[in-house]
Amino acid sequence: MSAIYILWLRQLKRFIRKKATIVGALGQPIIFLLAIGFGLSPVYAKAGGGNYIEFLAPGIIVMTVLFTSIFTGLEIIWDKQFGFLKETFVAPVYRFEILLGKTLGGATVAMIQGALVFIITLIIGFRPSLASLPLAFLFLLLVAILSSALGAVIASRLEDMQSFPLIFNFFVQPLFFLSGAIFPIKNLPSVLDFITKINPFSYGVDGLRYAFGGVNVFHPILSIGVLCGVTIVILIIGLYQFSKVQL
Amino acid sequence: MIEIKNITKKFKDFIAVDNISLKVNKGEIFAFLGPNGAGKSTTIKMLTTLLTPTAGEIFLNDHNVTENPHQTRRSFGIVFQDPSLDNELTAYENMQFHAILYGLKKEVYKKRIVDLLNLVELYDRKDSFVKTFSGGMKRRLEIARGLLHHPKVLFLDEPTIGLDPQTRNHIWAYIHNLNKQEGVTIFFTTHHMEEVERIAQRIAIIDHGKIIITGTIEEILNKAQTKNLEDAFIALTGNKIREEAANVGLNQMRINSKLMR
Repeated sequence: MSAIYILWLRQLKRFIRKKATIVGALGQPIIFLLAIGFGLSPVYAKAGGGNYIEFLAPGIIVMTVLFTSIFTGLEIIWDKQFGFLKETFVAPVYRFEILLGKTLGGATVAMIQGALVFIITLIIGFRPSLASLPLAFLFLLLVAILSSALGAVIASRLEDMQSFPLIFNFFVQPLFFLSGAIFPIKNLPSVLDFITKINPFSYGVDGLRYAFGGVNVFHPILSIGVLCGVTIVILIIGLYQFSKVQL
Repeated sequence: MIEIKNITKKFKDFIAVDNISLKVNKGEIFAFLGPNGAGKSTTIKMLTTLLTPTAGEIFLNDHNVTENPHQTRRSFGIVFQDPSLDNELTAYENMQFHAILYGLKKEVYKKRIVDLLNLVELYDRKDSFVKTFSGGMKRRLEIARGLLHHPKVLFLDEPTIGLDPQTRNHIWAYIHNLNKQEGVTIFFTTHHMEEVERIAQRIAIIDHGKIIITGTIEEILNKAQTKNLEDAFIALTGNKIREEAANVGLNQMRINSKLMR
């Protein structure tokens, strides 16, 4: 267990020391909140949706956690290139400990980044109740662990950063845009409806929105179940991948 | 302590290691020599569970390396040929990470880290980030880290590359002592033949993935009919300069990481 702890601590230290990255990563959610949030607000209100910022804020928080987690998971590629992964892989620790340490480290880092964006949403007018925080925390944590594990699994397959744009634009971005983070997933064309329903992050966004007192599509228990289930599947795949890594 | 039985490693069409067998006894200091690209590092990677052999079996401290990697990992320590430090952590943090990963108790590792950092003369830089270190300092830190947990077998893949004679002397003295005091089996590679002559008890020379000779220094000098090991090495492996052509991707990475040092 101490191996998991030290791997987790390493991620946290690396994150906190890169102040510029932390600030830089706030740029995208701020742009989304200001441009899309305020830009689409009148249209959304006219369509009878209500307050768009209330709707958008949980989606943007999930986006932050998703992107931060995936990026942190992808740091494994750097570890491969700089040789540090060898140091970890010859140590007498089980592969599941390495995977869990990495995943929890990435998730913690993403939660911190998510909390910062949450504060920004408060500044621009998002007003959730205090009582909603514990459940919101739970949903966000599940999203963080899921995406962090996903990042680690992807990274274990890659040798260098060259395929990163491919993965980001054709996999990570769609996961976000097709999760109901910026538009309601009710009454969608059937293809889009299908895609959003098989996207686990839809359940994360929906669950977080439910926690913050917004409208939800799925039952929160279902959302928790989907997030946990998918995380377990990804961790099992990750364990298999890790056992196949040749350095 | 180490038993290699007919192992082969192929990367697609390229045979990096071709049906080699070796035995290293407990407490021995064993030098594994060969020109660049001969298969030394590939063999060490198979011995240390990082690569799976295409064929053959390896036993390390009586554990089958492929079938029982976790138990095997408990038995050895390694100093890699390529850098393997976390540049974003301090020297002390790199040491501490290693100590905790290897399950050392706090009271043990605290003292040992101080001793080892003093040995490699990095104690006054213990709180500096590794990214600010020169190549030689990184190398010293890596060696200190490899010595942190006292394993049954210690692999050293060109440990003294890029180090000045003073540091090399210090480090070999420490390793020699570790071997004498704690009976640690030492398996190392190097291109400095005088290091081999001074410390190694037995030698194997590998070339083109095949072991061409195994024995004590005297036995090898006799067979090659030369006075010193350097001449014997050249007599046995030829004059041609080698290219490393194991795995293009990995090789490029190795070159990159060397440039970055």
